[in-house]
Amino acid sequence: MSGAQAKPDIALRVEDLKVHFGGKKRFFSGYANTVHAVDGVSFEVPAGKTFGIVGESGSGKSTTALAILRLAPITSGKVVLGDTVISDLEKEELRSERSRFQIVFQDPYSSLDPRKRAGAIVREPLELMKIGTLKERDEKVAALFVQVGLRPEQQALFPHQFSGGQRQRLGLARALSTRPELIVCDEPVSALDVAIQAQILNLMADLQKQLGLTYLFISHDLGVVQHICDIVAVMYLGQIVEQADRVSLFTNPRHPYTKALLEAVPSVHQNKRNRRERIRLVGDPPSPINLPKGCRFASRCPVAEARCHQEAPPLLEKENGHQVACFLA
Amino acid sequence: MTAGPLLSVTDLVVDFKTRAGNARVLDHISLDVKEGEILGIVGESGCGKSMTALSIMGLVPNPPGKITSGSIKLGDQELVDMDIEALRKIRGKEIGMIFQEPMTSLNPVFTVGEQIAESVRLHENVGAKAAHARAVEMLKAVEIPEPEARAHAYPHQLSGGMRQRVMIAMALSCRPRVLIADEPTTALDTTVQAQIFDLLQNLQDETGTAIVLITHDMGAIAELADTVAVMYAGKIVEKGKVDRVLSHPDHPYTKGLIACVPHLSANPAAISERLMEIPGVVPALTDLGTGCAFAPRCSEVITKCRTDSPRLFETQPEHKAACWVAQKEMT
Repeated sequence: MSGAQAKPDIALRVEDLKVHFGGKKRFFSGYANTVHAVDGVSFEVPAGKTFGIVGESGSGKSTTALAILRLAPITSGKVVLGDTVISDLEKEELRSERSRFQIVFQDPYSSLDPRKRAGAIVREPLELMKIGTLKERDEKVAALFVQVGLRPEQQALFPHQFSGGQRQRLGLARALSTRPELIVCDEPVSALDVAIQAQILNLMADLQKQLGLTYLFISHDLGVVQHICDIVAVMYLGQIVEQADRVSLFTNPRHPYTKALLEAVPSVHQNKRNRRERIRLVGDPPSPINLPKGCRFASRCPVAEARCHQEAPPLLEKENGHQVACFLA
Repeated sequence: MTAGPLLSVTDLVVDFKTRAGNARVLDHISLDVKEGEILGIVGESGCGKSMTALSIMGLVPNPPGKITSGSIKLGDQELVDMDIEALRKIRGKEIGMIFQEPMTSLNPVFTVGEQIAESVRLHENVGAKAAHARAVEMLKAVEIPEPEARAHAYPHQLSGGMRQRVMIAMALSCRPRVLIADEPTTALDTTVQAQIFDLLQNLQDETGTAIVLITHDMGAIAELADTVAVMYAGKIVEKGKVDRVLSHPDHPYTKGLIACVPHLSANPAAISERLMEIPGVVPALTDLGTGCAFAPRCSEVITKCRTDSPRLFETQPEHKAACWVAQKEMT
């Protein structure tokens, strides 16, 4: 909500990011059976905003997140955080920069060490990064517990003594401990019950307001994304097919895949009768190993033309910031 | 269509013995499903919705669980306390079930065709050839492309959506009168979920099978079910016709469940920044007090709620809620 500012600060810039996995080396033509998990993704995340990436399983949204965090190998492309080129850093340099970007995982049950006390889990990043004196760390951890809606005395408990929602609060506290410039949230609420989801989403929104956090929010749930994100990118088979600010994307989706995705979401505003009239996607996405020649969505697209099967459409800006990769949009 | 219910659960009570004491997992559950009807059961994890399904199938793990009282009737057959051999004839034949995880509920070492044929041969006196033919026919009915070829595929060769179709084909292969679908699409992508919903709806239109749909997603209920039962802490807190319950929920828990989910809106600029929360968590079933189990989390709580547990009562014809506040507003 900066308003008057001409150009907001960019917290994260991703340029033509590619992550390819595996494949047997061939003598002349590169690699065979390569999985093109992320295939040329570019976007910018403004500071203090929430950037959402949505897509179905296999779309490459999580791999994109992991590559940004340098937890998946980057095949090519650039990741720039603030003015540091993260993708070029190695070993010690990278380790010392890690305090600047943190992650909140999907499954709060498997992402906390069951043998460590809650306090120690939240404190660990401070110790690894050697931030503050021992006393300062104590105070910081206690303050973080309060900030995420837990009680400081709960530091002595073990993860199994917390509920799923509380564990996700712990995950948030751990991510916040180093005051990162970017927090990557990989499906942070999809393992939680609906009532608990709302609590965590509200907490995330509150923390963003208080601390000016920047989130990269990965989710398959369009309802959640619509609620929390400022800018949304839709991914399909390793590429962004549409990107726009929240209002523009949800009121005026342009890519047939985005439209179909929106139509497929079950909603309490629908009912049995009007459900049948909506468009449906048929089949499954093609394999990320043998990618089709033209548009990757053409085989499932309800409006595909001959051209779509021959050429891949580039991601082009249609109107103020709304980008679409479709010949027909 | 027959007027009476096909499946009728009355005052079902299931107890689990735990180290922390007796947990009443289902507390006087009553449900009716008519032929050709889809009943949705919705609630958070631990509310007893899956246990209701297991009870109907006669699959309550015993020990520690036990059906303490109540009755489950399919047509006019009583299923509670039926002997295991008779029950086996009903499971799979009269009542089919689809589970949440299509990967773990299919056998990885048999082809999907063999697995469907197996359930056919168990329940019907047919030969291997006829059973295989039926398997192919079922795969075709669940809209799997090239059913003859796919019948020879192993589960790992199929995608998640295809596997769930195979599960549905298997559950429907003996033309059951009731189909229980326990979170059938939770593990699937949204676009595939929409395909599975369409498939269930189409198959029901053709066969008239009654479906019990268990889900945590109010959206799925809105799109698929005719009637809905909302469960909380082992009890049904509200039930009625879907249109009515979703548009005029009487129980504060139902209201919360509808409001706390960020639903897609046609006008996203107008979304309020905060979601409605249901504070706190589901209580442990071992130390439920005498009052309403939802009282500690309820925003409309009154004194009576903390001491007396409300029973279901009719707020409208065919619409019931278990809430003192809703009852007070009526009278």
